[in-house]
Amino acid sequence: MAETVEHLGVGHEASHPALQHHFENMEQQREAGNIGMWVFLVTEIMFFGGMFLAYTLYRSKFPMAFASASNHLSLPMGAVNTVVLILSSFTMALAVYSAQIGKRRNQVVCLILTIVLGLTFLGIKAVEYHEKYVDHLIPGQLIPGHPFKPDKVHLLGDAAKENVEMFYWIYFAMTGMHAVHMIIGVGLLSVILFFAARGRYDPEYHSPVEISGLYWHFVDIVWIFLFPLLYLLGRHFEH
Amino acid sequence: MSEHIVSVKIYITIFLALMAGTALTVWAGLQDFPGPLNVVIALTIAVIKATLVVLYFMHVRYSARLIWVILASALFWMGILFALTFSDYWTRDWL
Repeated sequence: MAETVEHLGVGHEASHPALQHHFENMEQQREAGNIGMWVFLVTEIMFFGGMFLAYTLYRSKFPMAFASASNHLSLPMGAVNTVVLILSSFTMALAVYSAQIGKRRNQVVCLILTIVLGLTFLGIKAVEYHEKYVDHLIPGQLIPGHPFKPDKVHLLGDAAKENVEMFYWIYFAMTGMHAVHMIIGVGLLSVILFFAARGRYDPEYHSPVEISGLYWHFVDIVWIFLFPLLYLLGRHFEH
Repeated sequence: MSEHIVSVKIYITIFLALMAGTALTVWAGLQDFPGPLNVVIALTIAVIKATLVVLYFMHVRYSARLIWVILASALFWMGILFALTFSDYWTRDWL
């Protein structure tokens, strides 16, 4: 056998080229990478948690205004987006699986599918945002010269016009930040796709694919909560 | 290598469960249930869907306990956030 590099504390076998010096073996390195990403996801939970708190508070204070505003959102687009995003989580899981069993072509196909589905989600979101713009539902003076006007929103019960705007602040803040996370995710996956296509990942080393997967699934989970809370809360009043 | 590889069959099963959950959420959202039941049902389905994603897509079911603890701490933190905040807002009349 060709000469091997000896590392203190590790056996005499040659180590994987991706093994960093401060880790004993690839398994430990893999786990450390996962733990690091999970700690980051905890900060993301705190980030979105604050916004869910704001939503819960104002919804509890202005229930009919929120229901009215919610009903004006496009349920078909929201539902399709939910399906698209869950499908993209499925293809992402398959991409990680392909890396685990060392199938390069499958990795590439699954990553491309995930990216395309992510872009589809963003495209539909863009259409929704445009509709809001046309209906003068972009809150405050975010669009100079086009202030918020809730005339298009059919008011239910004792809903007050002033409180409808609060729903849209929260809607744009939450779906906006979610969309930013999606854009970052698509960028991230594009980089991973680039390296996957070059055969960088194998069953021993595929951490970047795995932790990008964790990030992507997290963004999916945020939407799993956003969809019913933003799109479905007032539908049962509609008939 | 002791990494647990989840089978494609499990991924497909979870995916179908998530699709069913989504259909159920939309259906339930259109029904008029008494009192706060609409919200309770919607959140219950969402929590189940999220749990499936966390356990299977994110491999937490097959991961080290340390990762369970890290995730649990985040949820515990959110619990504190909501409990303390609403113990204030919901025990008074004004915003």
